[in-house]
Amino acid sequence: MSTDQWVALVAAIVGGALRVGTPYLFVSLGECLTEKSGRINLGLEGVLVLSAMAAFGGAYLTGSPWLGVLAGALAGTLLATLHGLLCSLPRVNDVATGIALMLLGTGLALYLGKPLIQPQAPQIVALPLGSWSDSPVIQSALRVNALMPLGVALAVALWWAFARTRWGLLVRLAGDSADATRALGYSVSGIRIAATAAGGFLAGLGGASLTLFYPGSWNEGISSGQGLIAVALVIFARWSPLRCVGAALLFGGAGAIGPSLQSVGIGWGYHLFNTVPYVLTLVILVLTCKPGSVAAGSPGELSSTH
Amino acid sequence: MRSTANDMLLPVAAIVAALLLFGVFVWFADVSPLDVWVTLFKGAFGDWFSWQNTLQRAAPLMLTALCVALPARAGLIIIGGEGALVLGGLACAVLPSVLPLPANLLGTVLVCAAGAAAGAVWVMLAGWLRQSRGINETISSLLLAYIAIGLFKHVVEGPLRDPASLGKPSTQALAEGLRIGSMGSSDVHWGLLLGLLACIALGLWLRWTATGFAMRVVGGNLRTAQLVGLPATRLILGACAIGGAGAGLAGAVEVAAVHNSANASLIAGYGYAGILVSFIARHHPIAIIPVAVLFGGFGAAGSLLQRRLGLPDASVMVLQGIAFVLILASEALRDTEWRRLLKRLRGPAEVSPAQLAMGDKIA
Repeated sequence: MSTDQWVALVAAIVGGALRVGTPYLFVSLGECLTEKSGRINLGLEGVLVLSAMAAFGGAYLTGSPWLGVLAGALAGTLLATLHGLLCSLPRVNDVATGIALMLLGTGLALYLGKPLIQPQAPQIVALPLGSWSDSPVIQSALRVNALMPLGVALAVALWWAFARTRWGLLVRLAGDSADATRALGYSVSGIRIAATAAGGFLAGLGGASLTLFYPGSWNEGISSGQGLIAVALVIFARWSPLRCVGAALLFGGAGAIGPSLQSVGIGWGYHLFNTVPYVLTLVILVLTCKPGSVAAGSPGELSSTH
Repeated sequence: MRSTANDMLLPVAAIVAALLLFGVFVWFADVSPLDVWVTLFKGAFGDWFSWQNTLQRAAPLMLTALCVALPARAGLIIIGGEGALVLGGLACAVLPSVLPLPANLLGTVLVCAAGAAAGAVWVMLAGWLRQSRGINETISSLLLAYIAIGLFKHVVEGPLRDPASLGKPSTQALAEGLRIGSMGSSDVHWGLLLGLLACIALGLWLRWTATGFAMRVVGGNLRTAQLVGLPATRLILGACAIGGAGAGLAGAVEVAAVHNSANASLIAGYGYAGILVSFIARHHPIAIIPVAVLFGGFGAAGSLLQRRLGLPDASVMVLQGIAFVLILASEALRDTEWRRLLKRLRGPAEVSPAQLAMGDKIA
């Protein structure tokens, strides 16, 4: 490969990390918030697909990408609220419910999104972070989703809220000890439903950035497990919203390797390189999980880490 | 006895409720719910042609549902059956080009065994990651499924592609003698019998043998199992291996009986539908049989819904999703004392004040 090709490849991967990493960031923040309250929501995969469809449909029908983003976030909130309510029933397991919502969310999205496969919807504006450079390759690689800075700001806000605010402490309390929460007179289910719903809102923003920025269209294969990778990503980030930012970029970069190689003309192993995020997730799980002990930083009531 | 009645009635009620809700749902698309229900029934069980289609879909569903049911009885929620299925299909399609096989029944048995072995290894990997590293098996099995699908596509479109398959990348077609034929004059292949036998055998095994019982103890209460000295890890890995073998066999049967070579048609979602089937059957191998037939039927009716009523092809997925949510929600009703509830609903007139007071205290 020539130097130009190398530059193009690196730029494509970095740019891809920013583009592909944005949905990861929002979904992992949503999952982080949900898990902090003591529940796991595997249904965020379904939330992601449904909100991607709703955002695209909203933008297409109203002509405004921002109303589309709102529609996506609201669709995500609705489905996640269903998860929160179902899990509050006696003997209903949160992992199984998540699997059910994965199926329901995907089914609803494909059903309602059938007429949206052809049309084009107005897209979210891009921030030209690469305008300092003369190279068109770098300029195009660093055109960043306008939702990306919002995601970083939300990560900081969540981190601050968990540490400093009454609401953040309540969520952590419900996640660490249901008994203590009850003793203080708060409703554990109420807090968890609220946290799950808010997590769905955040994940919905991730869905919106899938269809309204990159890849920028609605199709049936819009998400292939990003919602689930986010669950592992939260474990990797040790339930810290700030570390979620770095983890999301890392996974975004891993996901961008296949398409980047293809863009510089290397087609071999396209499908293999596309499995890199999943392999990376497994490797990270192997490295971070220790047998017989609870993962560092995990909320005490979380069923998945026990 | 009452708990058995509850075990049967709750899922039936949940499926009926799901059909009702689905009717309301399509009503929003200006389609008559009655038409949908009639079409679902006709497309699934209306005539011999639909029955054949239904049973052909039920066969892989039974086997992939076992991939969820067996680990679930040992306490694991495995949802990566799709990965075991595609690798099983791949192993079945590739074995003849690695090993010269006799083109007869023995060869067919060998390609199926290769598929089962590939699936077993893949799901055991998720079980092993959990037992040795404490990794959540639900997440790891699904990640492994995505990796398996990537490997499958790479191999089928790359190194092992049959150059003759132009439009649709496929591996070399299986020799005529290695394929699985149909039963009698029907279109239904012998894979259905394999699925039935596997479900019945595993159901009996869980119920009547010591190892089956030990596995249920491990799934019911791990601490108890360890206290009485059961080899928990070995039993859990065994459950994963048997379940994975089921899903791998499903892939092998799909290749040997339906597609004749490994290609993208194999990735049809049977692995994911099997999760739903197993949950509705409450992870009971024998109960999987009727549930797989029912959902095979809904799958078969899907194309009819599309053609007759103009509904999107994802309608069946919506129905499945609603059914899944309701089946889980119905768990909350399990301990309801229906008789007492009915008595109270009928009004306090028939009940003496003393009984009423007692009832209130208990409630």
